[in-house]
Amino acid sequence: MQANRPETAARDIEHRSRKDARHDRIFRGILRFCALLVLAALLGAALSTLWGGREVLFKDGFHFLTSDAWNPVTDNYGALAPIYGTLVTSIIAIVLAVPVSFGIALFLTELAPGWLRGPVATAIELLAAIPSIIYGMWGLFIFVPFMADHVEPHLADTLGKIPFIGAVFDGPPLGLGILTAGIVLAVMILPFISSVMREVFQTVPSRLKESAYALGSTTWEVVWDIVLPYTRSAVIGGIFLGLGRALGETMAVTFVLGNSYNITASLLMPGTSISSSIANEFNEAVGLHRSALIALGFLLFVVTFIVLLIARLMLRQLAKREGK
Amino acid sequence: MFKSMKSRIAVAAAASMICMTAGATDITGAGSSFVYPVISKWSAKFAEKTGNHVNYQSIGSGGGIAQIKAGTVDFGASDKPLDEATLDKFGLGQFPDVIGGIVPAFNVPGIDAGKLVLDGKTLSDIFMGKVTMWNAAEIAKLNPGMKLPAQKITVVHRSDGSGTTYNFTHYLSQVSPTWKSKVGEGTAVNWPAGIGGKGNEGVSAYVKQIKGSIGYVEYAYALQNHIGYAIMKNAAGKVVKPETKTFQAAAATADWKHAKNFKLLITNAPGANAWPITATSWVIMYKQPKNVEHTKVTMDFFKWAYEHGQDDARSLDYVPLPASLVKQIETYWKTEYKM
Repeated sequence: MQANRPETAARDIEHRSRKDARHDRIFRGILRFCALLVLAALLGAALSTLWGGREVLFKDGFHFLTSDAWNPVTDNYGALAPIYGTLVTSIIAIVLAVPVSFGIALFLTELAPGWLRGPVATAIELLAAIPSIIYGMWGLFIFVPFMADHVEPHLADTLGKIPFIGAVFDGPPLGLGILTAGIVLAVMILPFISSVMREVFQTVPSRLKESAYALGSTTWEVVWDIVLPYTRSAVIGGIFLGLGRALGETMAVTFVLGNSYNITASLLMPGTSISSSIANEFNEAVGLHRSALIALGFLLFVVTFIVLLIARLMLRQLAKREGK
Repeated sequence: MFKSMKSRIAVAAAASMICMTAGATDITGAGSSFVYPVISKWSAKFAEKTGNHVNYQSIGSGGGIAQIKAGTVDFGASDKPLDEATLDKFGLGQFPDVIGGIVPAFNVPGIDAGKLVLDGKTLSDIFMGKVTMWNAAEIAKLNPGMKLPAQKITVVHRSDGSGTTYNFTHYLSQVSPTWKSKVGEGTAVNWPAGIGGKGNEGVSAYVKQIKGSIGYVEYAYALQNHIGYAIMKNAAGKVVKPETKTFQAAAATADWKHAKNFKLLITNAPGANAWPITATSWVIMYKQPKNVEHTKVTMDFFKWAYEHGQDDARSLDYVPLPASLVKQIETYWKTEYKM
């Protein structure tokens, strides 16, 4: 009897490890399936928009990519105006949102008294929960008249008079336009960037910060020389998360952008963006027009991909410089 | 109590049985968002009367045409008529269901609704971006004695594809050769000037906010949003106000008799009292339907709507079809539809 025991125990162990191995295999399979599902969905969406837009994308060589015409009557389409509008509004949004987010995150992690941190952080996260159509309505009914009456006339009268730069702020004070859309987008992406920054700033070991303070650094020096270098890649990741959202934002932009197929130097003029063109026209579009809108969707994929690629390259460059 | 409940259930069951035996038919339609309010009002009343339900999905005219071509709905509705080749290819027929007016809506401080006079030529020049100031000679000539401000004109157009745009640009193409050759007509066009608002409500909102702006909206929107609208000099050279009477005059004086399959836009109609920018919406159905029962009910529905739905249409600021036109449609049904 006793001689048997180790044998059964060995068999038990063998049995269990086989079972474990099987479970591991199944688990790995499930995880791989989940990961592949994302890839398949992405690839499927990209390919189907490519297929749907093929009639326009591959017509007359690069005509669609290089033309700024958009004429549904003669079926002549070019994507330049929507791409321009998408990029410029997103850039304005990033330029405005990043410094403010940085300030918010710093204030909350370094300077704010304890009782203030919770409420302000929650308020910022609530800002992220507002549906974009609400931003659009707010933009149209409250912010646009404000821009038209109080901001844009002054911009046109002051900055608009300066040679060269003046062209950027020249134009009728409609309230609608690229600048307004950029500002509304900035408010929308602010919570995303600032909450990422806040999270990563909190991960900086207090040992490092305290050492710097002990050496006589000011708060600014600690932030610039300790906190930022420590969190740089995550901060850039957060910024690009916001940029990605700005590029694809539809409803809010549609409300305040002015929806006009123009490429102008002036930020006060109306423009259009890829997503707002699609939202506006898809319902009634047939034939080549529909194909052109699907092709725009594909271009949004490409633009977003390029932006992400640039982010990756920037991170790699930074890592290299630090490694030196 | 138990008993009464039981009897109630019995009554309900009996009622549903009656409904079933009476053969309540659910028909589906899809298309134009312009007619959605009136069709849903009609369908509620029609269901009360007959037990037949009409499910209408407001997915846009382009969508409605695609759905009827695919045969997934019993009728499609479009603000743009199909041409003969397409109708013949798919074996479809079309007829008008309701009329609406489009008005130039403006926001100029000091000028009240219904006071500013415009004509087709001036309107097209404004939308072309050629007439850029409110005190331009072209506008002053039409409004002698009116104090026009030296304000820039901001053009507001629809940013989405729409039947309203189609009818409006069709009108401009008729009154201005330049517009016809440079811009043309369509549910969406390459606008030479201005900014785009999404939907009638988007254009209304922009016009209300931007001083010196002019746009075009369905009459109902101008009324409900208290926006100033212009009065127009029509094809007969008479200045007319936008109202049911002038919309109906446009429909009545249009030459429907010679329009095959009712493919006729009634903009710039010749009548002395005709409002120049009047729009029609069409119902599209198969001439030899797969489901005869459904098509019959659909026709019953529109017949009922022409005869009894007029007040509902008026209450929503649509214009019912004139009697002469309804008669022609009924003849069209008899001759064209084989059931």
